[in-house]
Amino acid sequence: MADLKLTNIKKVYNNDVEVLRDINLDIKQGEFIVFVGPSGCGKSTLLRMISGLEEISGGSLEIDGQLVNDIPPAMRGIAMVFQSYALYPHMSVYDNMAFSLQIAKVNREDIDTQVRKAAEMLQLTDYLDRLPKALSGGQRQRVAIGRAIVRKPKVFLFDEPLSNLDAALRVATRMEIANLKESMPESTMIYVTHDQVEAMTLADRIVLLSAGNIEQVGPPLELYEHPRNVFVAKFIGSPAMNILPAVLTQSGASSQVKFPSKDSVVVPVKTPVKDVGGAVSFGVRPEDLFVVTGEEYLVEGEIAFIESLGEATLLYVNVEGCSEMVICKLSGTPNFQRGSRVKLATAPEKMHVFDTAGLNYRNAF
Amino acid sequence: MGQLASALVIVIFGVLGCAAYFYGSNFLLDKLFPSKNRSYDVVARNLRITSYIRPWLFLGPALLALGFYLVYPVVESFRLSFFGRTGEEFVGLSNYVWLFNSDEFYQAFKNNMLWLVVVPTAATFFGLIIAVMTDRIWWGNIAKSLIFMPMAISFIGASVIWKFIYDFRSGDDPQIGLLNAVVLLFGGEPQQWITLDFWNNIFLMIILIWIQTGFAMVILSAALRGIPDETIEAAVLDGANGFQIFYKIMVPQIWGTIAVVWTTITILVLKVFDVVLAMTNGQWGTQVLANQMFDWMFRGGGDFGRGAVVAIIIMVLVVPIMVWNIRRANAEMEGR
Amino acid sequence: MIQSSKRSPLTWLMHITVLFLVVIWTVPTAGLFISSIRDKDQLSVSGWWTALSVSEQRMVSRTTIPKEPVQENGLYVLKGNVFEEGKSGLITRFGASSLKPEAFTSGTKTELKKGLTLIVLENGDYVMTSPKAFKGRGKRIFYTAEIPPRFTLDNYREVLSAEGLGKSFINSLTVTIPATIIPILVAAFAAYALAWMKFPGRAILIATVVGLLVVPLQMSLIPLLKSYSFIGSIFGVGSKGYIGIWLAHTGFGLPLAIYLLRNYIASLPREIIESARVDGATDFDIFRKIILPLSFPALASFAIFQFLWVWNDLLIAMVFLGNSADELVLTGQLRELLGSRGGNWEILTASAFITIIIPLCVFFGLQRFLVRGLLTGSVK
Repeated sequence: MADLKLTNIKKVYNNDVEVLRDINLDIKQGEFIVFVGPSGCGKSTLLRMISGLEEISGGSLEIDGQLVNDIPPAMRGIAMVFQSYALYPHMSVYDNMAFSLQIAKVNREDIDTQVRKAAEMLQLTDYLDRLPKALSGGQRQRVAIGRAIVRKPKVFLFDEPLSNLDAALRVATRMEIANLKESMPESTMIYVTHDQVEAMTLADRIVLLSAGNIEQVGPPLELYEHPRNVFVAKFIGSPAMNILPAVLTQSGASSQVKFPSKDSVVVPVKTPVKDVGGAVSFGVRPEDLFVVTGEEYLVEGEIAFIESLGEATLLYVNVEGCSEMVICKLSGTPNFQRGSRVKLATAPEKMHVFDTAGLNYRNAF
Repeated sequence: MGQLASALVIVIFGVLGCAAYFYGSNFLLDKLFPSKNRSYDVVARNLRITSYIRPWLFLGPALLALGFYLVYPVVESFRLSFFGRTGEEFVGLSNYVWLFNSDEFYQAFKNNMLWLVVVPTAATFFGLIIAVMTDRIWWGNIAKSLIFMPMAISFIGASVIWKFIYDFRSGDDPQIGLLNAVVLLFGGEPQQWITLDFWNNIFLMIILIWIQTGFAMVILSAALRGIPDETIEAAVLDGANGFQIFYKIMVPQIWGTIAVVWTTITILVLKVFDVVLAMTNGQWGTQVLANQMFDWMFRGGGDFGRGAVVAIIIMVLVVPIMVWNIRRANAEMEGR
Repeated sequence: MIQSSKRSPLTWLMHITVLFLVVIWTVPTAGLFISSIRDKDQLSVSGWWTALSVSEQRMVSRTTIPKEPVQENGLYVLKGNVFEEGKSGLITRFGASSLKPEAFTSGTKTELKKGLTLIVLENGDYVMTSPKAFKGRGKRIFYTAEIPPRFTLDNYREVLSAEGLGKSFINSLTVTIPATIIPILVAAFAAYALAWMKFPGRAILIATVVGLLVVPLQMSLIPLLKSYSFIGSIFGVGSKGYIGIWLAHTGFGLPLAIYLLRNYIASLPREIIESARVDGATDFDIFRKIILPLSFPALASFAIFQFLWVWNDLLIAMVFLGNSADELVLTGQLRELLGSRGGNWEILTASAFITIIIPLCVFFGLQRFLVRGLLTGSVK
């Protein structure tokens, strides 16, 4: 009952600063969509335009097939959870949750039932009489969520709801939000975050934005395994994907690239003939690299740096001809010496090759 | 008591009236341009219309009051300054000619300038000194509260308080004014202070300084506390002594606040009226513009033209500060 | 800030300087208060700083002549006490003529002319004898007495009733209460519009309000006086009255009120207001249910400012309220007294103290809000 359709949505400030360009997006009912991207990419602005708090400069926004560009927030059937919780400091938890229903002149008993139901769901029943300032950060965030639930909205909007929580609470609240989604399978949820872990764990589909454009839309693992371009490849995953400069030496059903160190490797990716001899970017994730001793290796270099994280060890390897160090993530605590040379290899299906514009050849063909 | 009861009734009616206006006008607006249960186009159009009108409903009463009590009078005063006693016949510049040829005006103007130099300087200076010192002693808050207290006293009340201090008894009668008693204690000759040429101005200014120092102190004290401790600690490590820290580290950092305090007191001084009226009514060479203006408003049935001219002079003196204030406020808003 | 060693000479100097300044700042008010509760005879002959010490006063008293002459031992006798009812003192010397007011020591019986005798005891009792019956006016007795310090509320009693300060007090309240509350309401709505509503000309309006903050009252007086008498003549009522002064104070208080409240309201978190909007609240709902409760500190600050300002105002009251005795507010009354009773310090000090007592209570009770208000809007 709540499909969203964004067509050529635009946001322009002061007539010349364009913060969002031609956003096209279809969201199906019951989906959990996460807008993710670096700060300043326009993800919050897009959410606020959906909510109605920000004017839409161009294009059209439809909720359930109804154009809502000029409809005020309250009439769009949405509810929003803010980063700073935005609880009304002078009202009790109960009144905070009841506020929207009171405004809508719902009768007293119905308000009471709704509020108590939501409070139970979020384990807030014992705190209904407290003021927000007497609650912990996590509880406040739950009240904010409860305030959204009682309105029974078609679409839930979350604007970086976990950013003000400390690390431990963030994990706990993240799970609560995941549970919440599970218990309300028919509501659509749109969630804004700059944190890729939240995006990966919560989303049905991720919308990755950068500088006012959508870079890629898709399920989390698709973005991880098949990044459309260098930007997506580097944004998703931690540590970020290693990108090495290379030259395409052979095209066809499977291609060959050559690194500045003269080592070359065969990649099972189709490339067009016209790009042979041109510069490409070779990408491989740190967790997909492993150390080998034989002659079958990808790159070779000197260990500049070792970070032992306990469950994993990161090797920072200086490779000839690469300005950035290649990172290799190994599980456990293998014994390596700083300054010693290592050879790194990977499985062929984990290799990515991007063209000069940054697009992944895998997706292009 | 009956009068007080009727005042309370009026308050209640006034409040209800205001509430009724705001409630009613908003209600009416929503009725005229409904935004519920209509087609998309109607809702969108009505919402656009109401969002244009609503701010003016909120602002309406305030704008009317500001217009009638402040904006219109400024324009009207300017117009009246070219008219005669009753404000009916046009007299051209003759009020201005009269003003600039009047010794009384020059004296009032000169005194006002003296007030403008002495009072803000002294009040800001004392305020700063007291703020710095009270921040470092354990009973500082009590001291501040006591020095801040005259702020609550009316100018006329303060005038009585100080007139009592300046009181003079002729002959061998014991002096009951504190100042003369102190003078006597140190072997001096008691004086009739408020008729003492030139110095009587200073004695009147002391009253205003007494009132305003607390204001300066409160603001500056807050500004001083806003100075990051690190800068002072760094200066201590750099080997600066107490006075160097004060002049070279603290004062430059609160320079903006000092300017605000200074101009605020300056504006108050330009409007000073009650003190002069109560203490001397402008006699013995203590006239100031505001009192002179009041005087002309009612003297011999009132001369609106001349009164307006004096008001214009006060306004002209205020304008630079007004411009500065507006620019400062604009800069602040852009910073948000 | 700087933690210098606790007992250094500089620290002592600081304590002494602050103490000195505090004394200078409080002594004037203290003097006024002490004087206002002193006996008026003592007040006029000795400084208030001597209030606790015994004062020596030269006074004169007139004997009363009883209707029925009293005779003792063949002489007509007149008995009484030189002190007025309720007063006492220690007589040191006395006399019977203005030329020699200190001729005799108390307790000695002295012969006056025509066979009269007079004795005045230390406690003020006197006995006068004469061979002939006393008639006509009473005889004058001059005496010098050491009067112990006396504190009394008589001065207050007098000014509140006889000098009409009680009435003025009510008048002041009548002016102040509405003139404090009306501008708050009007300004709060305007401040909300200027802080959170979008409309063309908003920036200009804010700048105008800031500009109007400093417009001197003097500019407004003459045009308003004219407008008021014009409006009064239309409705056939006097141009001076309470409604006029309430509205005048409202108009003059608005710039500060709007400025203070706008600054405060604009600093409220944007997300709270947006959240209310998403919850379906209209601007009117947001104002009533969110902004007003959250702005309480700013509203209180302004209320205190406006209360002090209106209560202490003299100029507007003199121009817009009549000068007849039953219309005068406290400040106006005090000014009248300063003119008509300039030398009567017992009246002036008590009256002045009555005018400042309410503001002082407000000040000490609500100082916290006052300071906060000053810090957010130090422009007026």
